[in-house]
Amino acid sequence: MSVAAVFFYLFAGVLVASAFMVISSRNPVHSVLFLILCFVNAAGLFILIGVEFLALILVVVYVGAVAVLFLFVVMMLDVDFVELRQGFLQYLPVGALVGVVFLVELILVVSTWATAPAVAQFPKAAAVGGAAISNTKALGLVLYTDYVYFFEASGMVLLVAMIGAIVLTLRHKVNVKRQNVSAQVARTPETAMEVVKVRPGQGI
Amino acid sequence: MSSLPPLGAVLPEVTLAVSAIVLLLVGAIRGEAAANLVNGLAIAVLAAAGILVLVAPHTAVSAFGGSLVIDDFSRFMKALAILGALVSLILSVHWLNRERQSKFEYPVLILIATLGMCMLVSAGDLIALYLGLELMSLSLYVVAAYNRDSVRSTEAGLKYFVLGALSSGMLLYGASLIYGFTDSVNFGAIAAAATTPTIGLVFGIVFLFAGLCFKVSAVPFHMWTPDVYEGAPTPVTTFFATAPKVAAMAVFLRVATEAFPHITHSWQQIIAFVSIASMVLGAFAAIGQRNIKRLLAYSSIGHMGFALVGLAAATPQGIRGVLIYMAIYVAMTLGSFACVLAMRRNGNAVENVDELAGLARTNPMMALLLGGLMFSLAGIPPLAGFLAKYYVFLAAIEAGLYGLAVIGVLASVVGAYYYLRVVKIMYFDEPAEAFDPMPGELKAVLGLSGLFTIFYFVYPSPLINAAGVAARALF
Repeated sequence: MSVAAVFFYLFAGVLVASAFMVISSRNPVHSVLFLILCFVNAAGLFILIGVEFLALILVVVYVGAVAVLFLFVVMMLDVDFVELRQGFLQYLPVGALVGVVFLVELILVVSTWATAPAVAQFPKAAAVGGAAISNTKALGLVLYTDYVYFFEASGMVLLVAMIGAIVLTLRHKVNVKRQNVSAQVARTPETAMEVVKVRPGQGI
Repeated sequence: MSSLPPLGAVLPEVTLAVSAIVLLLVGAIRGEAAANLVNGLAIAVLAAAGILVLVAPHTAVSAFGGSLVIDDFSRFMKALAILGALVSLILSVHWLNRERQSKFEYPVLILIATLGMCMLVSAGDLIALYLGLELMSLSLYVVAAYNRDSVRSTEAGLKYFVLGALSSGMLLYGASLIYGFTDSVNFGAIAAAATTPTIGLVFGIVFLFAGLCFKVSAVPFHMWTPDVYEGAPTPVTTFFATAPKVAAMAVFLRVATEAFPHITHSWQQIIAFVSIASMVLGAFAAIGQRNIKRLLAYSSIGHMGFALVGLAAATPQGIRGVLIYMAIYVAMTLGSFACVLAMRRNGNAVENVDELAGLARTNPMMALLLGGLMFSLAGIPPLAGFLAKYYVFLAAIEAGLYGLAVIGVLASVVGAYYYLRVVKIMYFDEPAEAFDPMPGELKAVLGLSGLFTIFYFVYPSPLINAAGVAARALF
């Protein structure tokens, strides 16, 4: 068994096991942590088949942003999962039925799978700049040249999302005192202090 | 290495994008006080973009590997969409100031929506179509919910957003099927591959058209229109009723004629059904409406049905008819909404049709022009609305779609009832209290729109010629 195969079974095994733990662990925080483990193993599988850009994006975006967001939500919203899970088992027959139907459909689809002969050429045609350069570089070569219009357009779409979120939610409260750094820095001893001589026996 | 794309051709889009970002920065730095400044600058930018579209050389250019097509058709529709955005922004200034909703983000969002419309009108492939559509729609969702303290407005925004997301999903599903069955996203390449209507391709077309029908609010994808038109602030409704309709109709025409010219029969019947359903529903559902914004919403559904008659014909004459229809529709709608925006009594906006009672005695000029617009919307000769309908029905008859033309004429007879009811209320009912004085810009827009509509038949050739040239660019 080659090293790659060993790692494949390692990643795949841990992935399936942690995926199972995501749905079976009692504590939702543990579920999210297992989900992160799941993502990291999937990233390992991606690296094994040579798609390092997708692997790192999976770690950066899903682990770094999405899963952490889940974690925040799970910690902040006090969801009572034990209560939610009551009567969980009574749906088991229906769930099993749906699962079996889905499995049969999958088998039917896969067993009659047919591809046009020309399709075999597509992966080779898609590789930009040959196999010698990395995924990231290959993506960059087309993203900022052939697809620059779509790239910029997506940028504008994200800008609209940002403006929209601010327009619809930001409220300026009137009576809140805010820190004004430049005003603080511009203060001198003359403007900030008043020296008063207090004579004994008299107040100010 | 590919060379720099011809940026000169996309100057209007670049202008809109850059100035939207600059105006956003101006607003962010100057704060809320900059609202009027940003508004004025945005109006100037839209005017500049419109001029750039009009003065561009009359050659067909395709930029960014065919994703962006600049031809006579896109020039015509872009000019129309920018005109709609420009005038509705001018109309909004006074209203938003009166309602204390003036914020600098509003003109910025209108600019970005207009940018999305320009991208949509010029889209040469399915990806550009989707990105343009989303850029436009996302801005529209935000401005629909713009008055966030009003339950109606937020409901309108949310409703529009949820249904819009659904329609985007359908559109994407259709696009993926079309890509799967033709092996390309470019309209020209799709046309070359789609020579026979396979079942998968027809499925893709149906889903794609469903998404587009939602955007032009054609039946059976019209459900959102009355609620959103009623709930959104009136200037936003003005905008919704004009510019996005033009852009969505433009992309509808381009997809149908450029991507599927060899399988016309497969989509003609879809368009014919949608068109009949829209005309009939627009005519009957508006009868019971008392809110003028809802009334105009149903009216716009009906008008989209009439415009689609031209697309169902699928001939250059039909497309020309649609372009003339859209131009006249925008002019009439802007005038009508100028009147709706002027419906203020003691500083409060009123929206009921009965509030117009006796307008002929309290404000005879406004009543005259609004009356003219209503006659024109009903399609009574010799007003502009009649000529608009004339050209689409003529194309339908030439294409042999007699049933469609007959149903269209009958639907416009039914529709005449509720338009004429507005005229009857204005001229024959007991006068209600007079409205507040109309701001100058509303007067100007109403005057221009009314005069255009009433006297269009005197000199119709420039618009007809321009529409003819634009329509030929698609064939």
